Amino acid sequence: MAGTEAGIVDVAIVGSGPAGLSAAAHAAAKGMSHILLEKTDHLSDTIFKYQKGKHVMATPAHLVLRADLDFDAGKREAILETWDRQIAEHKVEVMLDADVTAIEGEAGNFTLTLKRGATVKARAVVLAIGTQGNPNLLRLPGADLPHVQYQLDDPTEYIDEHITVIGSGDAGIENALGLAADPAQGNVVTILNRGADFARAKGANVKLLMEAESEGRIFVRRETSPAEVKPGELVLETRDGQESIRCDRIIARTGSKPPRAFVEAAGVGFTSEEREAFPALSPSFESTKPGIYVIGALAGYPLIKHCMNQGYDVIEFLAGNTQLKPADEPILEEKFAPLPGNRSVDEWLALFGRTVVILQELSVLQLRELMIDSRAHFYRKGEVIFERNAPGSSMFAIAQGSVLVEVNPADPSVTVPIGEGSIFGEVGLISGRRRGATIRAAEDTVALEFSRTAALKLIATTPGAARAVNRISIERQLLQMFGSGLTPEDLAEITDAAVVEDKRAGEVVIKEGDDDKDVFVIRRGSMIVEKDIGGHPVFLSYLPAGSYFGEMAVIDGSKRTATVKAAIKSQVVRFPGEAFVKLLDRKPKLREKALADMAGRREVNAFIESRKDSFGDAADYYSQTAKFLVDQGIGEATDVLLIDETLCVGCDNCEKACADSHDGLSRLDREAGKTYAHLHVPTSCRHCEHPHCMADCPPNAIKRGPDGEVFIDETCIGCGNCQRNCPYGVIRMDARPPKKPGLLSWLMFGIGPGPGEASYSWRKKKAEASGREAPKVAIKCDMCSGIEGGPACVRACPTGAAIRVGPERFLAVSQSERGA
Amino acid sequence: MASLASEDGRAQRPSDHEGFLVHKRFRWLKVALALSIVAGIGYAFADVSPRPNGGTWYGYALGTLGVLLIVWLSLLGIRKRAMTEGRWSLKAWTSAHVYLGLSLVVIGTLHTGFQLGWNVHTLAWALMILVIVSGIYGVVVYATLPEKLSTNRGDMSKKEMIEALGAIDRQLESAAQPLPREESDLVIAALEQDAFRAGVLARLTGRYPGCRTERARAAFAADRDRDEHEERVFGLLQRRCAQLGQIRRQMRLRALLDIWLYVHVPATVALLGALTAHVISVFYYW
Ligand SMILES: Cc1cc2nc3c(=O)[nH]c(=O)nc-3n(C[C@H](O)[C@H](O)[C@H](O)COP(=O)(O)OP(=O)(O)OC[C@H]3O[C@@H](n4cnc5c(N)ncnc54)[C@H](O)[C@@H]3O)c2cc1C
Ligand code: HEM
Repeated sequence: MAGTEAGIVDVAIVGSGPAGLSAAAHAAAKGMSHILLEKTDHLSDTIFKYQKGKHVMATPAHLVLRADLDFDAGKREAILETWDRQIAEHKVEVMLDADVTAIEGEAGNFTLTLKRGATVKARAVVLAIGTQGNPNLLRLPGADLPHVQYQLDDPTEYIDEHITVIGSGDAGIENALGLAADPAQGNVVTILNRGADFARAKGANVKLLMEAESEGRIFVRRETSPAEVKPGELVLETRDGQESIRCDRIIARTGSKPPRAFVEAAGVGFTSEEREAFPALSPSFESTKPGIYVIGALAGYPLIKHCMNQGYDVIEFLAGNTQLKPADEPILEEKFAPLPGNRSVDEWLALFGRTVVILQELSVLQLRELMIDSRAHFYRKGEVIFERNAPGSSMFAIAQGSVLVEVNPADPSVTVPIGEGSIFGEVGLISGRRRGATIRAAEDTVALEFSRTAALKLIATTPGAARAVNRISIERQLLQMFGSGLTPEDLAEITDAAVVEDKRAGEVVIKEGDDDKDVFVIRRGSMIVEKDIGGHPVFLSYLPAGSYFGEMAVIDGSKRTATVKAAIKSQVVRFPGEAFVKLLDRKPKLREKALADMAGRREVNAFIESRKDSFGDAADYYSQTAKFLVDQGIGEATDVLLIDETLCVGCDNCEKACADSHDGLSRLDREAGKTYAHLHVPTSCRHCEHPHCMADCPPNAIKRGPDGEVFIDETCIGCGNCQRNCPYGVIRMDARPPKKPGLLSWLMFGIGPGPGEASYSWRKKKAEASGREAPKVAIKCDMCSGIEGGPACVRACPTGAAIRVGPERFLAVSQSERGA
Repeated sequence: MASLASEDGRAQRPSDHEGFLVHKRFRWLKVALALSIVAGIGYAFADVSPRPNGGTWYGYALGTLGVLLIVWLSLLGIRKRAMTEGRWSLKAWTSAHVYLGLSLVVIGTLHTGFQLGWNVHTLAWALMILVIVSGIYGVVVYATLPEKLSTNRGDMSKKEMIEALGAIDRQLESAAQPLPREESDLVIAALEQDAFRAGVLARLTGRYPGCRTERARAAFAADRDRDEHEERVFGLLQRRCAQLGQIRRQMRLRALLDIWLYVHVPATVALLGALTAHVISVFYYW
């Protein structure tokens, strides 16, 4: 090894993704003795595993690349080829097939143990192993035989084999389908499922699998698990005892283990117990274990450019360069430029960390990262920060100054102050709904605005921030719900006793007839209220986030008069009824309001009760329609396209209009999707309150826009995570097609493909002719934001079948339909 | 039990959830009726000599109105396809189209002064009536068939129906292997037939007398003692018939919903031509 004395290198870099590669290349350039250890037999496994020909993107565009290796947007193959070549040119010491299983020792003398037995010694370790983790290995006799594999790169590679897929998730099903797709390959494919159904997989995949099973293309074995692997044979444990089947190849897809355990075993601490937590790091990427550094996706930076910059930086730090400014410095400078007082980036960061409560536990590095995704504003006294009813899911923190909340929409002079260091706007963050009040700067104010994703990440990774946000948000939500005249002090007893509880979809929170006495507030998600009439649950109403329930039994001491259960995965705040009663006793105005609310509810109950004999079908019908809509995910929708099939003539003008309003690709599939009682829920975005698609977007390209729409901006890198995460299948991956000739030339001369989405072949031919290659990106409904007149699908429906509704209205739609 | 849910959905039907016929509480029906009544009263009282026809001042007024209406009605075809921005709704356009189109029966006919003959003028009138009659048919099917279409398709899309058929076919193919020559020929004949290639008539009536799947099914049904293989094939043939039936009903309904446009639109084009001829000839021979 170059420059090593006694077999010890200055730095061992574990993992050869963009982060590790860049670190190794820079170490080589600086003449530092080093070794790059890679688990697989090739470099950069994560990118290696992208689908063939994937267009890799280089976002964020404004971030400069600081690395010894080149990287620019382009095809996966070209990027890998460049790196392979440059790593060789830079004379980087690479050790492939070097899976590090343990790191022991102290700074200055670490020992890294490889799976194959060898060890490597290093003074410092850079962990750049990404977040992919290791596939769960089969634990049974014979599992180490060579025909057991954990990855399937190319299903067309295998012919005339008996292949068994183990695992009933999407990965397993997709592999099985791929292997059996072409009968000409002659494979006999079996998939094993320990359970009886495929609950963990997507509906669409399960359907395809069932079809393949009924056609005899795939053998599905339920309630079966593998017992022993033998050459050419697999012993199965079935309900009726053991059985052997022929098996030339086993593909095990039983999930993967995140790398956390391995990292923790090396002595590196994480910021919290949460699954989303990252290792706790110093500004120079050093972990809680001195001498071990963490960079790249594992450190919480999921974009290739970030990863590469950090590889460079960490080597600079190791070489003793303490003056190095992170590559994001210019971005932060620009962000802080509008703020008054001429402070440097470091000074601002220090101030934020000091004053803002929820930022106090953050390291400078974390603060920097947070600020990259966030904005800093300066507001003059009296300036509006946001308006009541404006959509918005970001959270604000006051770094300097204070603000006033206009709690009474009718009278803007009634205000409640929020002081320096505190937060606001957190309600939008929690429930994804509109702003509850207008907020103005009470004096000249510097405020930080965190995007929803950034804020959620902060809450998930720093317990102190989570506690602070939780308490403040519960208090504020109660204040807002119970109206004016209350102060945080009035609510102290309730806030102190309040607990936040998660509810599964369908979980019962209150049961009719019970006599418990707690009161609940819906923090996120929504609830369904049902009453039992003659043994049938009859749907009474739908409660969106921000409603409270359970107060009736408390106020009049009765038993629960209806059942309330979660429509979707929800979060409620539970607090004791007595505290609520005490509050009512103290606040006559609040009491009045609560009684009025209650009277309304009781009327509905009584009405249903009085009609119970004549109700029969109608009520059933209504309940079922409501249930259907909720099952279709409408309980978590904020805006959804419904099609009244008594009016739909099937002209597909909605799809055509959608395509013509958005770069020529339709974001809705009218015919697909479920129908109940002629109410059809097409495959089209529901703009969920808590969008599943946002969960795991490396460039944070999915946002909630000014009209509540969830949209994907131009920083999309086409990774497909959102498509996989969307339970409703409304996101497609496609390349923006070339422009079509105009409508008139089509009408008059038949030039071009005409209105609507052009056929795939037309798009392909045209794109090839233009010679420009458009990358595949994620495409979904943006509710036609920015288009005057609103959603094109609705405007273009000739009969009025297409309607868009929000959650307050969708049940009314099903209901009024029948009344008419 | 709860707050914020007090809004009673029953009372208020969401205002934008109305079909095109009821759009804005029949706004355009009212406008069209008013227009027709005014035109009728005017016709009765206008003092024209020697007798009411297109050449009088009142005739010109009605004629101009008619032409404007016809041109505007024709523009629906463009409106439907030009996805421009703006606060328009195609539903409102269709609603106005239907009712104002109907009012043309009154306006156009009064314009003729009931002087019909074998000439280009009457041709224009006749084409107009043809367009309107086809339009009326269109409205009738738009009002009645969608529900049937929806019931027939259930949760299946066109693609899924074709896929389901394909799945049955693949099973049939392998299930027919053990059958004796004669019987398997029946199945093969059924599979080879392009089940959807049918004339307009079959499509519109939903009757496919030459359907070989049905023939094969009947043959197997007639077989009193079917062995296990025959039973399986018979079952699959029944499923195939049912699946074909669903697809054919779907095709039939779609055809009924579409066919009139093949009269409505070409007749509109012809009408615009005849109208031009009519207007030019009137001014030319003035
Ligand atoms: C489908 C997809 C598409 C994407 N598209 C883009 C894009 O277009 N643009 C973009 O900027 N980002 C994209 N990303 C994100 C980006 O690929 C990752 O965030 C990035 O690769 C992370 O780099 P890394 O160096 O931290 O880790 P990784 O790239 O994950 O590399 C880790 C390496 O460490 C090795 N390793 C792991 N454990 C050990 C061990 N114990 N011992 C030795 N070696 C080990 C692994 O084999 C691997 O080679 C995409 C992600 C996915 C999944
Ligand atoms: C002279 C009078 C009329 C003219 C010139 C006319 C013309 C047109 C045209 C050009 C279209 C567009 C078709 C397409 O592009 O798909 C159309 C559609 C239609 N017309 Fe008419 N029309 C007339 C009268 C009527 C009347 C009287 C009715 C109903 C009673 C009617 C009902 C319809 C309907 C329902 C549509 C279909 C709308 C859609 O599906 O988008 N029309 N008409």
